[in-house]
Amino acid sequence: MEITARSFWTLIHGVGFGAVYLLACSGALVELYRFTTSPAPSEPSAGTQRFLTVYLIAMVVLAWVAVLTGAYIIYPWYRAPLPPGTTSLGMFPQRLLMSSPKTIGWHSFGMEWKEHVAWFAPISITMVAFVFMRYGHDLKHHRRLRAAVLSFAVASFVAAGIAGFLGALINKYAPVQGGQTIQLRAEELK
Amino acid sequence: MKRPQYLSATEVVTRTNGSGAAAILSAAIGSFALAILALVGDKSAAVKSSLIFYKPTGPLSGVTTTAILIWLVLWVVLEMRWSKRSVALGPISIASFVLLGLSFLLTFPPIVDIF
Repeated sequence: MEITARSFWTLIHGVGFGAVYLLACSGALVELYRFTTSPAPSEPSAGTQRFLTVYLIAMVVLAWVAVLTGAYIIYPWYRAPLPPGTTSLGMFPQRLLMSSPKTIGWHSFGMEWKEHVAWFAPISITMVAFVFMRYGHDLKHHRRLRAAVLSFAVASFVAAGIAGFLGALINKYAPVQGGQTIQLRAEELK
Repeated sequence: MKRPQYLSATEVVTRTNGSGAAAILSAAIGSFALAILALVGDKSAAVKSSLIFYKPTGPLSGVTTTAILIWLVLWVVLEMRWSKRSVALGPISIASFVLLGLSFLLTFPPIVDIF
């Protein structure tokens, strides 16, 4: 049971950071809404605010690490130029997708959208975390501010969802592979 | 290290909305800048090559780095100007939503191909 270094990094980027971020988004949306709209008798404690602050900071870190690993580690492997005389396109995902009319759309539509839309996720969630840290429960008194924060949190979720969905499908049709082989488990043929 | 102080339910003080407005508007403009840079880079070979800050990543490196710089610089400037006062959040929110919506649209390949 083994995996190549590039596949491993793709897994870390997509599942370790991207998917965990998407999971965290749903929790953040519910908590942000609940925290900033709760009626007076059940106002959240300082501990709840501290927890949500840490939660949002973790989301900001996840979102930035996801886009940065994607753009600066995985993407160069994806778009690597084809050396002259290359006959097998297996190590060149972009070229592999562009080599057939049946798959070119995964690059010209899928990757072209994913590589840009993904960045709206960290930008939006950074803003959301900052505004929450600055205002906390006081957001309850700023209806428009609260609406904007919740809308940008939804936008962040949508951007990450589009990027994650397209990334998973692109990697299905033209997986990023190569590099050192990492042995996960040694097994004998029976 | 000094621990952050949180206001209790009884201590809640309504702050001015300027700081929040600065964060929202700058995030929207930063996103829009990214979409515009991506679009212009896609249409102009000269702009595309000038946006290659890191060759293995190609123009994406310049598009995103420039957009992030625009976002952060604008955020600092607006924060300095608005943090201690209240601003008309209605028009700022609407402008931010429009810019964010346009950002999504202008990165959508079938729309990019129209230009």
